[in-house]
Amino acid sequence: MDQLQMHMLEKVADLHAVPEGAYNIRDNGKSAGRNTTANIDIVSKSDKPGIDIIVKPGTKNESVHIPVIVSQSGLKDLVYNDFYIGDDADVVIVAGCGIHCGGSEDTEHDGIHTFHIGKNARVRYVEKHYGEGEGTGGRILNPTTIVHMDENGYMEMETTQIKGVDSTIRDTKADLKDGATLIIKEKIMTHENQYAETNFQVDLDGVGSTADVVSRSVAKGKSSQVFNSRICGNNQCYGHTECDAILMDEGHVNAVPSLDANHLDASLIHEAAIGKIAGEQIIKLMTLGLTEQEAEEQIVNGFLK
Amino acid sequence: MLELQDICFQVHEDSKEKGILKHVNLKIEDGFVAVTGPNGGGKSTMAKVIAGIIRPTSGRILLNGEDITELSITERARKGISFAFQQPVRFKGLTVLDLINLAHGEALSLNKACQYLSEVGLCAKDYINREVNASLSGGELKRIEIAMIMARGTKLSIFDEPEAGIDLWSFNNLIRVFENMREKIHGSILIISHQERILNIADQIVVLSDGEIQAQGTKEEVLPELLNTSSGACSTLLNKVI
Repeated sequence: MDQLQMHMLEKVADLHAVPEGAYNIRDNGKSAGRNTTANIDIVSKSDKPGIDIIVKPGTKNESVHIPVIVSQSGLKDLVYNDFYIGDDADVVIVAGCGIHCGGSEDTEHDGIHTFHIGKNARVRYVEKHYGEGEGTGGRILNPTTIVHMDENGYMEMETTQIKGVDSTIRDTKADLKDGATLIIKEKIMTHENQYAETNFQVDLDGVGSTADVVSRSVAKGKSSQVFNSRICGNNQCYGHTECDAILMDEGHVNAVPSLDANHLDASLIHEAAIGKIAGEQIIKLMTLGLTEQEAEEQIVNGFLK
Repeated sequence: MLELQDICFQVHEDSKEKGILKHVNLKIEDGFVAVTGPNGGGKSTMAKVIAGIIRPTSGRILLNGEDITELSITERARKGISFAFQQPVRFKGLTVLDLINLAHGEALSLNKACQYLSEVGLCAKDYINREVNASLSGGELKRIEIAMIMARGTKLSIFDEPEAGIDLWSFNNLIRVFENMREKIHGSILIISHQERILNIADQIVVLSDGEIQAQGTKEEVLPELLNTSSGACSTLLNKVI
């Protein structure tokens, strides 16, 4: 692996070496390394680009890393990854995409991830998106995540896009059966002329199903963000969606939370708060000896931590 | 040592000039100084003028002989002024440990950071990693605010009504905290307070009322006078109280 690849792996997956356990590294549309374990299989799709990740029922404390690196200017990479998480399994999945754009053409990665989460299975899914490069071409990431959760399944999804992605449209759809729980924590920071749109659609179909969708974002420069979050309560269930955004410079945020209750015992809540950094927060940190700029950095870093 | 020279602060109100601070002259030597006086008398404004949050309309502020009137909040903080807010600020995402480290200027050992929290009566392990957000009560925030000032350890510490919102048990400890602080930093501690017990441990008491210094002296000189007068209240109010 070359230096650029290692650097991008560190940015998107906190990896300093080839990961332990199961992994599949995709580099410029091709597989650059794969490892499977006794419990986790990874198989290339035959009909379209992408892989199937199959986790055996009862697999505990294992991890799967599937980082993607795109460094070839002008490449439009499209990939379908399907995850089959067996009943009672408990695994961590680390995905992520780093784009290094050195040319003038747009570079794009569209990852379509579908999760089938078995009964009583637990998944922690971590996804980081990162862009860099001296080229003038756009760095574009459009992830789609579809989650089907069986009875009492549990999924925690942490998605982070902190730097360098010029345009992103993130679609997430989920349906939950009885007793299933979905927790989504999204963090986004945009700057310059970047655009980020997130669309969540969660269907709470099962008795006692729960969803908590929380987004924290910072819009700097002339960047623009749209947050659409829709939770449908189709049974006795609990749903909460929250958008918390800090505006800086000429940033723009449009938050559209939507609740759709189709059952008497559906309990749904949405919260949205958008505003600049409170002046008193900056003043407090200045009385500790920080400059105004340092204070802003601390507040933003803490907010997105 | 801090000196306020002829400090005035005026605001526009109903197209008139209203004086919040009127020619305040004050010298604060090393030691423990309590500032008291009626609500709306200008105490918090004076504290903010010292910290640089409010610019006075006229007058000069000297810190150890140096004119700091034109210095920013940051510059004054770096010269050794600390200020505990009357209403502490909440931060989504920043933890108690983050704030204590920022106050100290560099990362403290976990042990040391915990010590500051213990001193203000917070069980450190329950609090150190908590976010300073809406989940903390007003009294908890006040104590964290005081722990931050201790972590800074500067020569001049200003507290704006530190006792407000703190329960009785903690109040005893709070008195001890200020006494310890006086021993340790050998600087000036300026506390805005209405509490007789805080006034009792002060080396000096300053009475600020209607934007003017009404009295300054030891507690023996100032306290009897202060407790016997009810100046400023109108007769209707006095009748009600009686």
